[in-house]
Amino acid sequence: MTARPYNAPGSDSRLVGCPHCDLLQRLPALAMGEAARCPRCEKELWRRREDPLGRPLALAIAAAILYVVANTSPMLGLSAVGHHASTTLFGGARHLWDNGQEIVAVLVLFTAVVAPALQIGFMLAIVGGARRPRPPHWVGTLLRHHPKTATWSMIEVMILGVLVALIKIADYASVVAGPALFALGGLVVLLAAMQSAFDPRDVWARVEWADEATRAAAERAALDAAAGVPS
Amino acid sequence: MSAPAVGAMRRGWQSCEACGLLSRPAPGADDGRCPRCGEDLAFRKRRSVERTWAFVIAAAVCYVPANVLPVMVTTTAAGSAPDTIMEGVILLWSPTGWPLSLIVLVASIMIPSAKILALAYLLVTVQRGSVANNAERVRLYRTVELIGRWSMVDVFVDTFTAALVQLQPLMAVEPGPGLFFFAAVVVLTMLAVESFDPRLIWDAAPAEEVAHA
Repeated sequence: MTARPYNAPGSDSRLVGCPHCDLLQRLPALAMGEAARCPRCEKELWRRREDPLGRPLALAIAAAILYVVANTSPMLGLSAVGHHASTTLFGGARHLWDNGQEIVAVLVLFTAVVAPALQIGFMLAIVGGARRPRPPHWVGTLLRHHPKTATWSMIEVMILGVLVALIKIADYASVVAGPALFALGGLVVLLAAMQSAFDPRDVWARVEWADEATRAAAERAALDAAAGVPS
Repeated sequence: MSAPAVGAMRRGWQSCEACGLLSRPAPGADDGRCPRCGEDLAFRKRRSVERTWAFVIAAAVCYVPANVLPVMVTTTAAGSAPDTIMEGVILLWSPTGWPLSLIVLVASIMIPSAKILALAYLLVTVQRGSVANNAERVRLYRTVELIGRWSMVDVFVDTFTAALVQLQPLMAVEPGPGLFFFAAVVVLTMLAVESFDPRLIWDAAPAEEVAHA
């Protein structure tokens, strides 16, 4: 099978189709912090962010530090009638695996450990690479897959689950919340802040294209149009 | 300002789902690639309705064993007690514990069944070419997309309860066979949401004027 051909881009980069209703529309110029919504279905199309590379970078670094704490320290401890037990995030998945629930163990590991790591790692690489004058194409490749890592990263759901488990167990044993639980709580806030401080449109506007020849031609045409050369 | 409400597809534009760029395929073709990010493009997600139905039906099938089989087995000196999701909810129900019980009830029983019903409703209305309540239907889609992940909560509750309550020989909690089916319902409904193309909701509508508020 031959590779699919590239499509021809339009000359107006502000012209978009709404991802939820396909309405063709032109994005308005936005001030910092303002958002543009689709007039037909109210989907938020673009929110312009102040310092769209610096803030996500700072938040991603802080998230990476908390992530390490969350995955290396105990999350829950329990003591009852002379017994003492504690578990980490990884230990929870491991216990499922050892008890014949391998597939669920992989799902727990993926949503609570792997996907958040990818979410943070991709963000670090994207904002790091996007700081170059012409961000290389691999930045676009990571950016393309970044929303999926956020969809499957479920730390906030896991914390709620852990809290329910804690209160359930508290009826017949004393439970102690470990440092990892507090680190995870902080991580939820940082990840949400990181996602909302980031402006993917800003990076897409500068990234090297898959079809680089077309981009160069389109830029030339735009310059000619600005200079009043008839096409 | 008033502009004719026209879909990008009617003008021959393909909107990239990954980077948002509008581009035009070669005349007559509908399977190019995005020149900016390289993503495979189509006017609509390919076989969206069929794929979404497949995930929804699979989720509905798994929903039965997920609720009938035990998700947790508690072993004490008195013997083994298996608990289904609903029994877990009832067990948590007490004068002090009812808010938790409610969280599990909503996240584990109401959200998954509501998701399956909502997606089936969206699919049926799209297949019938319905032109009514478009804005409400797309809002329903977004709600399903937003709350779907929260049904994973019971998987985490059972995982960490089982990992922690290991007080042999007094008491031990092990995951039950229902947990796999329950996790499958959550994953399958999330994949169904991902396969559904909300733009299909608007495709049946004739082009009309839209007032910019």
